[in-house]
Amino acid sequence: MPTSPARYSRSLDWVTVLIYLLMVGLGWLSVYAASYSPDAPADPLRNLSFSELMAFNWFKQILWIGTALALIVVLVVIDYKAYDTFAFVLYGGMIVLLLVTMVVARPIAGSRSWLELGPVRLQPAEFAKFTTALVVSRFMASINLRQQNFRDQLVLAGLTLLPPLLILASNETGQALVFGAFLLAYFREGMSPLILLILAAAGIILILALLVPKLWLVGVFTLILGLVLGLNRKALRHHLPLSLSVWAVVIGMVFGVDFFFNNVLQAHQRKRIEVLINPSADPLGVGWNVTQSKIAIGSGGLLGKGFLQGTQTKFDFVPEQSTDFIFCTVGEEWGWLGSTAVIILFMVLLWRILYVAERQKSVFGRTYGYCVASIFFFHFAINVGMTIGLAPVVGIPLPFFSYGGSSLWSFTTLLFILLGIDAYRKQDLER
Amino acid sequence: MAIFLVVAITFGARLFYIQVLDGSYKLAADRNTLQRIVQVPYRGLIYDRNNQLLVQNTPVYDLMVVPREVKQLDTLRFCELLQLPLEEVREGLKAARSYSRVKASPLVQNLSTRELATIQDNLIDFPGFSIKARMARSYRTENMAHALGYVGSITPGLLQSERFAKYLPGDFVGVNGLESFYEQQLMGRRGVQYKMVNVRGIEKGAFRNGEFDTLSVAGQDLHTSIDIELQKYGEMLMKNKRGYIVAIEPKTGEILAMVSAPAYEPSILTGKGMGNRYMELQNDTTKPLFNRPLMAKYSPGSVFKVVNELVALQMGVVTPQTAFDCNWKLVRCTHRHEYPSNVGIAIKQSCNPYFYQVMRAAVLRGRSANRFEDSRLGLADWRNKVMAFGLGDKLGVDIRSEIGGLVPSPEYYDKRLKTRRWNYKTVYSLSIGQGELSVTGLQMANIMAIVANRGWYYTPHFVRGVGTGGPLPQYTVRHTVGVDAQHFEAIIPGMQAVVDGRGGTGENASLLDVGISVAGKTGTVQNYHGEDHATFAAFAPAEDPKIAIAVFIENAGFGGSSAAPMASLMMEKYLRGKVAPWRHRWEVWLQSPASRFIRRHR
Repeated sequence: MPTSPARYSRSLDWVTVLIYLLMVGLGWLSVYAASYSPDAPADPLRNLSFSELMAFNWFKQILWIGTALALIVVLVVIDYKAYDTFAFVLYGGMIVLLLVTMVVARPIAGSRSWLELGPVRLQPAEFAKFTTALVVSRFMASINLRQQNFRDQLVLAGLTLLPPLLILASNETGQALVFGAFLLAYFREGMSPLILLILAAAGIILILALLVPKLWLVGVFTLILGLVLGLNRKALRHHLPLSLSVWAVVIGMVFGVDFFFNNVLQAHQRKRIEVLINPSADPLGVGWNVTQSKIAIGSGGLLGKGFLQGTQTKFDFVPEQSTDFIFCTVGEEWGWLGSTAVIILFMVLLWRILYVAERQKSVFGRTYGYCVASIFFFHFAINVGMTIGLAPVVGIPLPFFSYGGSSLWSFTTLLFILLGIDAYRKQDLER
Repeated sequence: MAIFLVVAITFGARLFYIQVLDGSYKLAADRNTLQRIVQVPYRGLIYDRNNQLLVQNTPVYDLMVVPREVKQLDTLRFCELLQLPLEEVREGLKAARSYSRVKASPLVQNLSTRELATIQDNLIDFPGFSIKARMARSYRTENMAHALGYVGSITPGLLQSERFAKYLPGDFVGVNGLESFYEQQLMGRRGVQYKMVNVRGIEKGAFRNGEFDTLSVAGQDLHTSIDIELQKYGEMLMKNKRGYIVAIEPKTGEILAMVSAPAYEPSILTGKGMGNRYMELQNDTTKPLFNRPLMAKYSPGSVFKVVNELVALQMGVVTPQTAFDCNWKLVRCTHRHEYPSNVGIAIKQSCNPYFYQVMRAAVLRGRSANRFEDSRLGLADWRNKVMAFGLGDKLGVDIRSEIGGLVPSPEYYDKRLKTRRWNYKTVYSLSIGQGELSVTGLQMANIMAIVANRGWYYTPHFVRGVGTGGPLPQYTVRHTVGVDAQHFEAIIPGMQAVVDGRGGTGENASLLDVGISVAGKTGTVQNYHGEDHATFAAFAPAEDPKIAIAVFIENAGFGGSSAAPMASLMMEKYLRGKVAPWRHRWEVWLQSPASRFIRRHR
């Protein structure tokens, strides 16, 4: 399908591209600040050889950004129909890759999820995101979720859950949890809101069960049951078994939390949840990360300490400071204004993605857009949440900010496939 | 989108809270990265009254090691260089590694400058090792250890106290004597540097370009009033004895010499192995660490009769002409003498019955018909007047370990006898300086300074100049004892007769042959545990006193035989700068152990 570059560029959504470039640029500055050391030579580009430079995260990030830009060109040139057509092929390839990784990979930091190709390390789990997003969008286009066809729902659940289960098996919990974000996208496409509500209620009950004495909770829920049945005679007459079973499930959950917490979760996961509730529970272990990260962000104040002036991040108090905890550098050096600006930037990006998604004619394009937004949102919420002690410590990157080639390519691919689809939509209209 | 916004707003609010509202995170970040480095200033020096340097600082060197930087250590050559056994080096390195791999810790401490010289040049072959210089006390004198005190590592106990709030573990502090009393002045002001450190505690430069750093200020020097030559002479004379010599300049209260025997050299409590040597001194049965002139509870003996007489004269219950018989039924007199005695004869011959009666006149004054009550009232009044002589309470010398001594009160006897029914006969021993009375050596010498001044004194002190200033303010206040000068004039001739008169109890102390008139008083302190203690207190020249002195020698019997000549040697040495050749035999004799056991007569 021959397209002139001029026409093509007109149809590309430049607002998103601009936001993307801004975020990648700010991200690189943050990586530079986080990996900057006051001891380093004043002019590393002149004084150091290429292999010496490769020791610096900020230098390698330049290479990743360069390759990501090249990747963009490829992605937007490809006909959107190719994604539609090859979705299942890509998905299948990805599943194979995940299986291969599990067998081949050496354990790194306790997880077998990194493929090593010479000097470059890839995390296939990152690429599971866009392939899964493509495949579920493709599948969604062929069914109607509103009709509540049980078989379709089962297939959809299977497609969504297969990659995270494989990823979970390679001990990379954080990346597996990301797939929970797809629920948000399905909600848009007609999934019953009841599922979201029930999940939210379950989450709240679990957290309450950890924080509040159990007998209190039992009392409160019994009181609610009594009130519902007492005030609503109709409910008493028609929904007594349902009400009682909901009550029983809730009470069961309250008492089941301990079992789940102590027997199902692994020790380090249990610790991360404990730390979320009480950071001083493990001050030198997992609690260290949260405490130091909060100190870094908290010490930034309103205006921050200034570029390259952060003491917490400069002097290695915050671990993983250029990858998972990159937001600490933002918070410490740019203060509340800077970190709020980054949050607003994410909101603008998400708004723009949803905007782009909504203008798609095809269910495939729209669903895919929502998947992208949900994945970005999940990464953003969990990553920023963990640095300020609102979410458990889960090792997932902050899109475009965290150092790392795999994640940058993955997020770039997610975003620009959407822009590619969007660009061709416009051309379709023009034809 | 609504969900997105809710989360974003939650994050913004949370960030606002921890970044802007809650200041504790900022403090925590500073605590993390800021390291306070305290610069210990140069400790003040200590001089004697003739500007002779007594105590100084010399550098000692510690060989430091940073375990991480040690590379391919040639252990054999290293041990050869340090002249240390292989085992010791290995142990030291192990200890350093367990402390920290990246911070320097001492491997060998207290290297002298000479030891350093052999090592330093070769150190370049051993990466990871460095030399750290630090200042330690060293002494230019072998004497005066008790007064100087010493400097040691601060103890955990001291760190708890308010006074040492600013000190850190491992800091050095004056432990005793002047070093402790003038700690604040000697120490100077510490400088503080704020350095930034990373998570491993490695330095990363100054905090805000040193905006908050303060410079250290060197400690102030102490100019003591001690005449180190006199001190040395006194310590030499007191060899092989137990007891004290205290010499004061009456006009100023400046202490010229304070000898506590047995003594030790101040340098014993410095440098490597100091702790062990301290324990040796501690366990020595002769108690060399015990600062006798300030801490020992001795009875003043007959020297106290001077105070007794002065108090009675001031009360007007006796006059210089009052005569009392030498009535042995009241108390035994130790000397056979002319009779009936007036004050002159009584002091010259140290007549016990006379002073028994003097005090009885001062105490029993018929204030109450009840003789018990009369004794109580009289003793209370008498005690107040005696305490005005600086007795029964700490004088306030500039050494903390001073004790107050005891002038017993009526309540003291009530408690001890468990009854209020006692009278003068119970307490009469006080009149001759025996019984419950206890007086420190400093107070003894101060009594002589008061007599020399005819009724006033400055609180005795060691330091007459701190830095470029004068003594501490409390040492410039003149205290009067409430006895008129005329009464002193009445007893001084008697005290002169003690030394210079024919048959005086202190005639061995006479310096008339070199033209110096001495006024003094002997004492023989009864000791129920062994041989009596000898004491002698005096001042000279009698007409224009420049030195007041008290000598106390344990178990040396009669005061006139050993204590008096020792006092006269000290006074002559101070006043003339030398001792007449014919008195050298005294020096030799006094230093011999035999002098302790000689008793001429009681």
